[in-house]
Amino acid sequence: MNKKKKRLIFRSVVLTLLVGTLVFVLIVNANSERPDLEEGVEAPNFKLDRLDKSGETIELKELRGQGVMVNFWATYCEPCKKEMPYMDQLYQDYKDQGIEIVAVSVDRNESVINNFYNSLDLSFPSTIDRQETVMDVYEVTNLPASFFINPDGTIERIVRGPVTLESLEGYFQEILPEKS
Amino acid sequence: MANETIRCECGHENKEGTVLCEACGKPISENQHIDGNDQQNVLEMRYEGGARRSQTYKRTVVDKVWGFFSSVKVGVWLIVITLVFSALGTIYPQEQFKNSPLPSSAFYEEEYGLTGKIFYQLGFHNMYDSWWYITLVALIGVSIIISSIDRYVPLRRALKNQKTKKNEIFVKRQRVVSFDNELSENDLNTVKTNLKKQRYKVHEEDGHIFAEKNRFSRWGPYVNHIGLIIILIASIFRMFEVMHIDDYVWVREGEVQAIPGTGQEYYVENNKFIYEVYDADTEERFTRALEDVENPVPKNFQTNATIYRATNDPILGEKPELEKVTEGEIRLNQPVIFDGYSLYQSGTQVESEYNSISMELQLNNQSLGAFTFDTDEAPSEFKLEESDTTITIDNWYPELEFTDEGPSSFSKYPRNPGIIFTVSSPELEEDERFFYLQEKVIPLADNNQANVNVSEVDRRSASGLTVKKDNTLPLFGLGAGIFMIGVSQGLYWYHRRIWIHPKDGVYHIGVHTNKNWYGMNQELDKITKGTNVNSFVDQQEMK
Repeated sequence: MNKKKKRLIFRSVVLTLLVGTLVFVLIVNANSERPDLEEGVEAPNFKLDRLDKSGETIELKELRGQGVMVNFWATYCEPCKKEMPYMDQLYQDYKDQGIEIVAVSVDRNESVINNFYNSLDLSFPSTIDRQETVMDVYEVTNLPASFFINPDGTIERIVRGPVTLESLEGYFQEILPEKS
Repeated sequence: MANETIRCECGHENKEGTVLCEACGKPISENQHIDGNDQQNVLEMRYEGGARRSQTYKRTVVDKVWGFFSSVKVGVWLIVITLVFSALGTIYPQEQFKNSPLPSSAFYEEEYGLTGKIFYQLGFHNMYDSWWYITLVALIGVSIIISSIDRYVPLRRALKNQKTKKNEIFVKRQRVVSFDNELSENDLNTVKTNLKKQRYKVHEEDGHIFAEKNRFSRWGPYVNHIGLIIILIASIFRMFEVMHIDDYVWVREGEVQAIPGTGQEYYVENNKFIYEVYDADTEERFTRALEDVENPVPKNFQTNATIYRATNDPILGEKPELEKVTEGEIRLNQPVIFDGYSLYQSGTQVESEYNSISMELQLNNQSLGAFTFDTDEAPSEFKLEESDTTITIDNWYPELEFTDEGPSSFSKYPRNPGIIFTVSSPELEEDERFFYLQEKVIPLADNNQANVNVSEVDRRSASGLTVKKDNTLPLFGLGAGIFMIGVSQGLYWYHRRIWIHPKDGVYHIGVHTNKNWYGMNQELDKITKGTNVNSFVDQQEMK
């Protein structure tokens, strides 16, 4: 082979390796920055103790086939408490159509959660995130935060902030399982 | 092929762009472009006059890119630009260290004004992880690699191909020379012996003598660049959690927390936090020093910690089954180390939170009983057996604040607890409500008959621990070591060559060293001592 050609191949290989390394590093870096959670990706599975039914747990994975709303809240968060009655009201209508609600409280004190839950006579599952790990993985920094998850387990919508009765109903429609 | 090689009069085929013939050293006509083809000048010996191909061929895009990165000028500019940006990034804290609940978009302007806003808008708040900063550093790496290849290859070729017999012009146009020496057989033998004494390798061909030593010194810069590349690779490895973790976790006294970065495998329990200050009264030797000090001087921040490992593979949120790994006292600079991780003491919120609040209920100075509100585990109701009284917790605000919508809590941490509770007792005509805040209990109605006093509060501290794991350090060490070897190699040894060229019964001597000409001259004195060699002249200094 002619020397000029050899040199061109050598240079191209070296440059390709270097550029490839750079692109690889940039991609890795970009991935570490991007929030892992976004609409369209699979919602991370979790398993939490239920507070409304003692001794029972609830696992997200086992709710496949249903549309799931995961709601992060706390008793000290006023807007959270305000949206709870809306959730309960719609839960009565949508439960039979395949919508489940998982309320994840980030409170530290269980009795205050139960207190509030009972005082409003709520009916959807109430759970507590004792290790704060679910909150961490779901990147919840401000309350309330709601994740609407499709029957196939992917995230349809992330709402950071309170919901209204109307908007909530719209979100439920989005994740409603198809009637078979 | 005709324009590919240049045939020197000695018969050696040189590559296009060669400045000095690789074999005999004769300047290729028209190619001494570096010094304007001045026949009287000292030869330009850079890269041994080899053809730096990138400077010669610029035909394809690849060649052009290659040529660009091969340039030292480009490399220096890349380094300067990176340095300037690196410095600018330190003007204000980076995003991850801003230590403020404010979002970055507001934080920089609020805290530092207009310059802060510009800092944020230019993206300097997150500089060292930004794509353009990484690209800059990577381009320096590319420049180092390409310019090394582009110089090392021709230099090695040139040094390998050099012949003992050099062209007269090459010898006479070295920087340090001695012309027209009349040397006897004896003189030549003495010189050769002296050269060997100075650890030169001496070659002879047809009366021509060529002595050389420490050629390996020339590889110093390239070895040093290999070290730099290894350091760059190590810094790439740092981006992966397997290799490097630098995280932070707050653990309250009595609490077990998952250690971040371990994928919920490891947990740390804060058994007790110890904060000690220097005491002027009990430690006399500090009395004088502490006289003028207003605030207490901390002596020790310590977390007594237990490390656990999950024996099952818990699903997110599930309570893990823990097995103890180790326990230890974490003090400043004295981490607890386990399975490649280290936990360092790095933050404290000393007694910032309430663990429990004890209150006593009184009616007409008679005690109706007492209860303790445990902030994390308090039930919603307390029964005071002795008076058949029930205390119902109506509202609990861990970090009380008053908003437009009434009392609220800023966080879930009991830093400023507020408790609203109702007392129902057969001793009372009707239920009475009270509000606990800031270690006092206020009746919520004017006609409350009962009285509630705070008898005791128990505070707790939160300990901030840095989680570190760094498997890249050995690689950094290796890179730095190789770097230093390269530096020493190029710095403490000199590549020196002497050519003795016979011509018409006399001898011309040319001398070259890659640095330290002063030392070279001293060495020449030793080599020519007791011989008929004329004194050497420095042709560069003569000008």
